Amino acid sequence: MTMLADNISLHLSGFDLLRNISLEVQAGKVTAIVGPNGAGKSSLLKVLTGEMAPTKGEVRLNHRLLDEWPLLEKAQMLGVLPQHTMLNFPFTANEVVGLGRIPHQTGLVKDRQIVSDALDLVDGSYLQKRFYTQMSGGEKQRVQLARVLAQIWQPSAIGEQFLVLDEPTSAFDLSHQKLTLDIVRQLAEKGVGVVMVLHDLNLAARCADNLVVFDGGVIAAQGTPEEVLTERLIDKVFGVKSIIAQHPVTKRPLVIT
Amino acid sequence: MRRIAAPSLIFGLIILLPLAAMVSLTLGTVDISLADGLNAIVGNSSSAQINTILFDIRLPRILLAISVGAVLASTGAVMQGLFRNPLADPSLIGVSSGASVGASLMIVTTGGFIQVGALMGLSLVALGAFLGGFAATLLVYRLATSNIGTSVTTMLLAGIAIGALAGALNSLLSYFSDNDMLRQISLWQMGNLSGASWAKVSIMGVVTVLLLVSFPRESKALNALLLGESEARHLGIDVQRVKRRLIVLTALGVGVSVALAGLVGFVGLIIPHMVRLVIGPDHRWLIPASALAGATLLVIADSLARIVVIPAELPTGILTALLGAPFFVALLLQQRKDV
Repeated sequence: MTMLADNISLHLSGFDLLRNISLEVQAGKVTAIVGPNGAGKSSLLKVLTGEMAPTKGEVRLNHRLLDEWPLLEKAQMLGVLPQHTMLNFPFTANEVVGLGRIPHQTGLVKDRQIVSDALDLVDGSYLQKRFYTQMSGGEKQRVQLARVLAQIWQPSAIGEQFLVLDEPTSAFDLSHQKLTLDIVRQLAEKGVGVVMVLHDLNLAARCADNLVVFDGGVIAAQGTPEEVLTERLIDKVFGVKSIIAQHPVTKRPLVIT
Repeated sequence: MRRIAAPSLIFGLIILLPLAAMVSLTLGTVDISLADGLNAIVGNSSSAQINTILFDIRLPRILLAISVGAVLASTGAVMQGLFRNPLADPSLIGVSSGASVGASLMIVTTGGFIQVGALMGLSLVALGAFLGGFAATLLVYRLATSNIGTSVTTMLLAGIAIGALAGALNSLLSYFSDNDMLRQISLWQMGNLSGASWAKVSIMGVVTVLLLVSFPRESKALNALLLGESEARHLGIDVQRVKRRLIVLTALGVGVSVALAGLVGFVGLIIPHMVRLVIGPDHRWLIPASALAGATLLVIADSLARIVVIPAELPTGILTALLGAPFFVALLLQQRKDV
């Protein structure tokens, strides 16, 4: 089962944001998208999640066209963490994470347990009763992550589940960056298909099964991190000279600039 | 600020509202003791005069205050959630300014005195206010709706634009009115419950029940909407349908309230805001608690309006602001201290 973008193009106000993109996100795998600012990474996520309709091409979720899924069933399979969430109301962390249970009818007791477990997983237990509006940027991002985790906490009877994360680690310190990647790997092992935009090539190399490099609205390269990350490609896409080494422990490629 | 558990606040208000209503029964130009009042209500009153005052004047007036207060405060809570702005209020969607023009137009063109008997004693002014309010909301909604959905930001701006236009029309109408009309227009704009009748109460009651039954079904959607529209959509909410339903219900509720009681300000803006400070933004509690608080405030304000300048009466709208504003300031100060 997959989330599939088939020959997608997106034109908006006279600009080609995406051109002929085909991408398959497999359940149980981690797909990382990297690329320079404005390369179309977030636009692709918006098309993949149905927020924007592609000008050309189609998006399928578990073999069915994305907009043919009833909203509620889609929400039970697909969790989406946007780059920024503007929440100006003083919900507590518990309440925010609880919003992730809206698509489910699992009952108050079960939901409360899931909310507490999800917050625990992102190292946010101490935030439970704190007000969202008074949290630091990293704390807010962790609470939002817990919210989308709570949304796909249990497997769905309808189809394979997917999680879409747009720069999930942008506000995180070192330990929480690692924590996020660990969570993502665990989810993949449980069968969830994860697709995320990352800026740090080494983070991407460490946790991705499939690495997609975006440049100017097209896919410049895709494959395993070992296949994709070459000195030539990084120079071509980012304009930065680099050396590709091997991580002494994980044996993954290590980009040194 | 420390929160109070929502059920405790609701419980407190459920006790307070009937108490306020009972005390309100006894207050006015003619003093009626609580015992006499309660006796009359259970049907063994001695005096026909007391009966008339209670059943034809005070009781409908109190019931109107309860339903208008509940509608204004709950629609305020809904609009603040929908616009994701804690300082939004129902007038943002143009309903009050439109109603104001409708009412002024009727006052100026007909003198406002003609009663339409067929419409159960409702004046042309009320009808004009309702039609004006509904038309303005429809216009604002249409301006903000394109084929990709309704933009809340555009709706806010369209509301301001229509509000400005309505303000100009109102001034124009005032400019062409004589002294008596001018007085009627400004009195109407202050908001007044003194014209309460059983006909008005029954219309308002039906609308109140409709709103208070419909709103709770959308509370989870409103909670999700506080995150943002696309976030709500990813949580399985049909955002466009929710917006349309809530805006139509609000236009109906506020339109009828304004038509029957004039512009009672403050309740729709401040009550939900205060209630949110106390119990938090969860709409499952916020909407019923706001409705109760709005009803209580309006009953108290209207009682005071009847007695502060005996034998005359003040317009209720003046009292709601006079009562609520200092309370609100106190809450803000309290919150500032806690941060």
